[in-house]
Amino acid sequence: MDFVRENADLFLDAFLTTLGLSLLAGLLALVLGTLLAAMRVSPIPPLRGLATFYVETFRNTPLTVVFFFIIFGLPQIDFVIGFFPGAVLSVGLYTAAFVCEAVRSGVNAVSGGQAEAARALGLTFGQSLREVVLPQAFRTVVPPLGNVLIAMVKNTSIAAGFSVSDLSSLLPRLVNADAGDLTLVLVGVVVGYMVITLPSALAVNRIERRVAILR
Amino acid sequence: MTTPVLFDVPGPKARRRIRIGTAVGVLVVVVIAALVLVRLAGNGQLEPQRWAVLFDPASQVPQALGQALLRTLQVAIVGMVLATVLGLLLAVGRLSEHRWVRVVVTTLIEFFRAVPLLVLIFALYFLLPKFGIRLSAFWALVGGLVLYNAAVLAEIFRAGILSVDRGQREAAYGLGMRKTQVMTLVLLPQAVRRMLPVLIAQLVVLLKDTSLGFIISFPELLRGARGLVEFFTLQFGNQYTFQLYVAAAVIYIAINLVLSWLARYVERRTRGNAKTAATTPTELPADVQMGGGGGVVPTVR
Repeated sequence: MDFVRENADLFLDAFLTTLGLSLLAGLLALVLGTLLAAMRVSPIPPLRGLATFYVETFRNTPLTVVFFFIIFGLPQIDFVIGFFPGAVLSVGLYTAAFVCEAVRSGVNAVSGGQAEAARALGLTFGQSLREVVLPQAFRTVVPPLGNVLIAMVKNTSIAAGFSVSDLSSLLPRLVNADAGDLTLVLVGVVVGYMVITLPSALAVNRIERRVAILR
Repeated sequence: MTTPVLFDVPGPKARRRIRIGTAVGVLVVVVIAALVLVRLAGNGQLEPQRWAVLFDPASQVPQALGQALLRTLQVAIVGMVLATVLGLLLAVGRLSEHRWVRVVVTTLIEFFRAVPLLVLIFALYFLLPKFGIRLSAFWALVGGLVLYNAAVLAEIFRAGILSVDRGQREAAYGLGMRKTQVMTLVLLPQAVRRMLPVLIAQLVVLLKDTSLGFIISFPELLRGARGLVEFFTLQFGNQYTFQLYVAAAVIYIAINLVLSWLARYVERRTRGNAKTAATTPTELPADVQMGGGGGVVPTVR
């Protein structure tokens, strides 16, 4: 038990790092992803093109490569960023592409009649998006959006490879412990992630039930 | 988008606004691109000789990158084949009529989906040796990828098998086929055909995840580029750093774009195919496309 007592602080720090990373990156991803989704359905072609380019690029790039560019590439244009902010930026930018896809599939799922009715009432593009389409879209995308964010929590583990002391980094850092202790570390790490993901999954289910609309 | 219902076909006023918006948008993009380019050029990153090294066989760079790419593809192919086989077994196990098989398999699938892929790889790489099982970086990477992807593919296959029209199964039983025959002769061939585009999409995810090998120092594409960077930095300073990273990223993106395009092509081909008429189309959920661990909420209902 000495091992547990000695490393309790280390573990707590790592857990809080993962939690903070997840919250900040999630916020960035949600804001940017929604913006991108709006751009992808907008009437202005260059905005559509830009958003499509962004999504296609990030969807086909490994997150590790995104990390690479943020951490090692940005200094090449005289823009030095710390490891933790770099991790937030990488995970956030990467996840935004998937948030965009989830929101867009929600926009497409809103039946055409809704948008047509909004147009017929004389609402502008912005109004029909804000007042009619997006509120309905967000309801249908609660489960996929929740899944994207939960997958993002697990993706933050990649920060461990880039000098961020998060939960996953505990395994290589405590690698000198004996078999029993290291197994304990693994269990702790897995439980640590589940402490974040399982309540999120429950919350997603509850929100889904609460906002669900019948169609 | 087929018909834009969100906005009217623009009239003269709106067209002018769109033109202005277009101009502003293009301007913003151009300014950002120009800023980046100026910064890069200011640091001498755009000098042709810095890029020429990527294509010059004498520098050994193309060969080294090629070998690294080969190792990446090796991991992806071995991983995909093993994951497909294991995934099929898990899917059939999950649909088993024996309760205990179902419970065990479901627990396994949920566990491997809930754990971050990197933690799985770390467990194989750092923890197993403590119990006397020493895996090379290659097998630790492949092992982690197989366990995670098999769990995801099992769910995909299960959805595919369930999507085959009930009448097919009933007709097969009516003809006197056994359970195994119904599965292997009737359900799986139709399901797999329908699943083909999704399988290719999953290959994209797996290929992206091979880059995790970088973190456990397996010399795949990214680690290969990093190794070259370190080698060149010793000799000439970091003048080739940026170029090598760009090369690695472009290779990933190019391969994945081709695969994504292939998935869409196969999807179009199978849509009109009579052999898949008794199934409903499925799509890879967005969270699975992210790689590194799928969602906890079951997306297949």
